Amino acid sequence: MVAGVAGGIAAHVRVPATAIRVALLVLLAAHGLGAVLYAVYWAVLRDEDSAQPVRRDFVKIIPFAVLGIGILVAMTLVFGGDGLSLAAGWMLALVVVGGGLIWHQAEPSRMTKLGNLLGDRRPAFVLSLLGGGLLVAVGIIGLAMVYYPVEGGPSLSVVALGVAFALIALTGVGVVAAPVLWRTVTALRAEKEGRIREQERAELAAMVHDQVLHTLALIQRNAGDTAAVTRLARGQERSLRNWLYKPMGSAEEFFASAVEEAAAEVEDTYAIAVETVVVGDCQVDERSRALVAATREALVNAARHAKVSTVSLYVEVEPDEMSVFVRDRGVGFDMSTIDDNRHGVRGSIVGRMQRHGGRAEIRSEPGEGTEVRLHLPTAETRQRQAADDPGWRTHVWPAAEPHGRPAGTSKETS
Amino acid sequence: MSGDTTGPAGTPATPSASGAPTEQPRLRVFLVDDHAMFRAGVRAELGAHVDVVGEAATVSEAISAIAAYQPDVVLLDVHMPEGGGRAVLDAVRRAYPQVRFLALSVSDAAEDVIGLIRAGARGYVTKTISPDELAAAIRRVADGDAVFSPRLAGFVLDAFAARPDASLADPELDQLTNREREVLRLLARGYAYKEIAKELYISIKTVETHVSNVLRKLQMSNRYELSRWAADRRLV
Repeated sequence: MVAGVAGGIAAHVRVPATAIRVALLVLLAAHGLGAVLYAVYWAVLRDEDSAQPVRRDFVKIIPFAVLGIGILVAMTLVFGGDGLSLAAGWMLALVVVGGGLIWHQAEPSRMTKLGNLLGDRRPAFVLSLLGGGLLVAVGIIGLAMVYYPVEGGPSLSVVALGVAFALIALTGVGVVAAPVLWRTVTALRAEKEGRIREQERAELAAMVHDQVLHTLALIQRNAGDTAAVTRLARGQERSLRNWLYKPMGSAEEFFASAVEEAAAEVEDTYAIAVETVVVGDCQVDERSRALVAATREALVNAARHAKVSTVSLYVEVEPDEMSVFVRDRGVGFDMSTIDDNRHGVRGSIVGRMQRHGGRAEIRSEPGEGTEVRLHLPTAETRQRQAADDPGWRTHVWPAAEPHGRPAGTSKETS
Repeated sequence: MSGDTTGPAGTPATPSASGAPTEQPRLRVFLVDDHAMFRAGVRAELGAHVDVVGEAATVSEAISAIAAYQPDVVLLDVHMPEGGGRAVLDAVRRAYPQVRFLALSVSDAAEDVIGLIRAGARGYVTKTISPDELAAAIRRVADGDAVFSPRLAGFVLDAFAARPDASLADPELDQLTNREREVLRLLARGYAYKEIAKELYISIKTVETHVSNVLRKLQMSNRYELSRWAADRRLV
């Protein structure tokens, strides 16, 4: 009710929570054990079952710890320090906590997935199992010593002897059981590997079936329609390539993936090939998303107006700037005719780039093809430039420009 | 189009028999590809431009046939059984340095591309290339120049990206000059050599020189990023 420990235990053991609470209360009477247990359980057991992790409120638990310790102290004072039963209580507490730990780890739903034993959670699993076991062992040994004290007091040598015997016995059991255990573990591992292989095979089969065979069937049915066949083949090629070579990030996260996705969409919609080359990558943010949208628009324009089957798309992410080049060798157009009637160019490309602090240049000549160049400074560069020169972003196409940066540093090797 | 094909004995190089006298002698080209259909297609497409003196479907066939024919240019498939184009290059390149290799593949995997170039191929083009472009690429490779597909240019730009923390063992080999970078960028943007020359106000010969230099750096550089970068991309 306070930190949900009783409820948690109850859910775990499938006993009414009230029973746990009563038990804890009863234990509370036994030298305040209930409160101590409550605190310890709360600290040790992770509450995993609830979908939403309960925030641990340390303030809440302090009164319990204090109460427990207080009762302990009080009892010791009032009953004149009944050392024996006190020690027994503490040992019992150890046993219970250790048992709880083991029990918690060996939850049925986990044990069914034996593979988990070999999974990445193994260290934590083994650790808590060992820790729990140690607690239980110490507790039981302690209890035994409290209630059945060896004649003449628990001398160290007797304890050591007992531990030694226990160890020998354990070793014996271990020697007997080890091969069996080992075989089990090996079998488990083999089974796991087999399952992974099987999964991979199934995945491959599913991919071939869902995609390749499907595409081949469609190609046969559309054999007469060259454009459709090209589109199908191209789409399938792209998908296989991605599957084979590029298990890279999602388009929501990475700029390169987003660009490639946009290019793929245009390929599919307009039945053209987009030769995409991407150099570098960065995270997607609002501005790079705008760049992807402008790129898409440029590709769509090329697909719709250039009358070509291939468009080149080159994207480069540099530390200070992102650049996109969309080029076709199509019919081209006269620059002076595009002013207002082509909203795609004006609004979606030039305007969009300007709004985000970038710039767009379009070069086209009738018969020579078209190239759209988009540049977007990265956020940091933009801040720096804004500080230097607020008028920078008004520099927009059509600016007469010889290509590229000054080539002063390049050297002409023979 | 079926099955086994070493260089057909009936197709010896018959240079000027076609009655199309050109200034340059027709190039002797050898095809190595394990897909018979693809070989037949390339043979048909290239017939007008070059002499296809022979073909091979396997690595061992290719090795012996290249030794026998000593063609000007070998069109080399990347992926084949028994080690692929890489094995052919390793076996014959040293013995016949005058034979030039142009890798031709459907693969866009970076490690394949870089691997073939570093093994000695002078160029890399994808199989979707048009016949005219392929013929031009063969001519260029035969002249001792390099041929970069847009994607290869992109790979190289990526691999040679200027990283401030990169330690350069050999500054001449391990980084690209600004001009080389510009040429590669234009290649990646889909520009032909002629267009690059026009764009940068330099001669085509200079463009070719730049690309050849990049190829040399790509082959010789021990730049750490090259291997790491290729390895990064191989995660399948």
